[in-house]
Amino acid sequence: MTALATAPPPAAGGSGGPAPAAVRAPRRRLTPYWLLLPAGLWLAVFFVAPLVYQASTSVQTGSLEEGYRVTWHFATYAEALREYGVHFLRSFGYAATATALCLVIGYPLAYTLAFRAGRWRNVLLVMVIAPFFTSFLIRTLAWKTILSDGGPVVGALEALHVLDVTAWLGLTSGERVLATPLAVVCGLTYNFLPFMILPLYASLERISPSLHEAARDLYAGPATTFRRVTFPLSLPGVVAGTLLTFIPASGDYINAQLLGSPSEQMVGNAIQQQFLKVLDYPTAAAMSFLLMALILIMVTVYMRKAGTEELV
Amino acid sequence: MTAVTSWTPVRWLRRNAVVLAGLAGLLYLLLPNAVVLLFSFNDPAGRFNYEWRTFSTEAWTNPCGVADMCGSLTLSLRIAVLATLGATAFGTLAAFALARHRFRGRGAANGLIFLPMAMPEVVMAASLGTLFLNMRVGFGFTTILIAHIMFCLSFVVVAVKARVASMDPRLEEAARDLYAGPLQTFLRVTLPLAAPGIAAGALLSFALSFDDFVVTQFNAGPSTVTFPMFVWGAAQRGVPVQVNVIGTAMFLIAVGIVLAGQLTARRRGRSTA
Repeated sequence: MTALATAPPPAAGGSGGPAPAAVRAPRRRLTPYWLLLPAGLWLAVFFVAPLVYQASTSVQTGSLEEGYRVTWHFATYAEALREYGVHFLRSFGYAATATALCLVIGYPLAYTLAFRAGRWRNVLLVMVIAPFFTSFLIRTLAWKTILSDGGPVVGALEALHVLDVTAWLGLTSGERVLATPLAVVCGLTYNFLPFMILPLYASLERISPSLHEAARDLYAGPATTFRRVTFPLSLPGVVAGTLLTFIPASGDYINAQLLGSPSEQMVGNAIQQQFLKVLDYPTAAAMSFLLMALILIMVTVYMRKAGTEELV
Repeated sequence: MTAVTSWTPVRWLRRNAVVLAGLAGLLYLLLPNAVVLLFSFNDPAGRFNYEWRTFSTEAWTNPCGVADMCGSLTLSLRIAVLATLGATAFGTLAAFALARHRFRGRGAANGLIFLPMAMPEVVMAASLGTLFLNMRVGFGFTTILIAHIMFCLSFVVVAVKARVASMDPRLEEAARDLYAGPLQTFLRVTLPLAAPGIAAGALLSFALSFDDFVVTQFNAGPSTVTFPMFVWGAAQRGVPVQVNVIGTAMFLIAVGIVLAGQLTARRRGRSTA
């Protein structure tokens, strides 16, 4: 794995270009590899190697006392999928809903920042990033206060009959929001919203205002301008934002733990429990790999559909 | 009854619908911070600080009144400082390699650096934890630090790379033409130009490390409790008001740093323009 980042190139003679100092050329060609060495080595040892090791752990059997051996026991995967299939489906459902909500909430904000904020732009940007710096656990716990039973938010939702609709959709039950899927989705949406706003803003900001003027000169109304000019040009931001929201959201277990109910947990909760409580490392490893593989498949399909390759 | 005056508010609403929706989104983002601030002045009846009782400045005058909280806070600060130093040093070197050099394996190196950011945290956390466990490495300060440097690295590389890529290489050529040695060129020209990117990367990795919970939970062991882990434990037992004080203080300090950074950048921009 180190080879990827750090292996020196084969000493090929005749490099391109006029090469003013022939003696110094070989040393210069090695420079990028020396610069990459510490970071590459660190990531190889503490990121890539653990993933490879995780793959081998997922096909091991044994116990903590007797030790584990690789037995190519692929049944762990089947068992994990049978037992936690619902968790996977729930995770992707919650993550997809939260991503859609992030797009709906984040787009107007990113649009405002890019085109309508004027001299307030920097202040608003700081306000978007600032919550980031307070511990996200504290902020997630604050949602417990906001959504508390009989609190003003729940009361307002009830008065507006929103809770009837969400209960019909199976997102809430009774007069509670806490410990329901709605609370988890709300927390996920909140926690990953900046990951949607920032790429959207970056791509919107690059759109030249003269394109809007051109659209107006050609008698396009605001809606048509948005549909035919602004939105298509912001697509790279939409793709990057949805990926940056969906991937971490589908692995999250904090929101489900703090805001959801124990009976409707996500796959992250299951991995965390297998690893830290049950101490069943092969199952935890198999579930991690399944999660990664499923996300990879979905991302690949999505990128094909979205048709954009330029990212970040 | 004039048509114009009765139409104006509606027209105003329509014209500013996007801005209003955007500001509503911003309110959604800031609402928990407001709640954290408000409840830092609460005097809760029981262990749980979820219901408003009476106004009190107790928690603000006695922020370390809770057992173990300030200890976990200093531990988090120590880890964040060291993780920032490590990640910023390694990441800056890698960013220069990727932004300034064309070499074989560059694509692979870019991919390797992109991957940790694109992976669910729980997968990364569990796999590193499994490795430490099986190598019989004792969990604690060192394993947390190793893990934090690992996931902060990529963010530093991205931040510094963006800055270095936008730097004009002619400025360094000019320095060399004026007989500046390689070291002098680097210290007097390259480094000051790259500094905002390095500062951004360092700030980001400090914030990420200080706030990290998932990777820490899998790689900390039972006896090393960082601040986020303290909050997590408290969420089950009852969150002390002091946690809200720390949360609010963090928010205010962060806003202060960002605003100060913007102000100095603007002043510098004005003086050079």
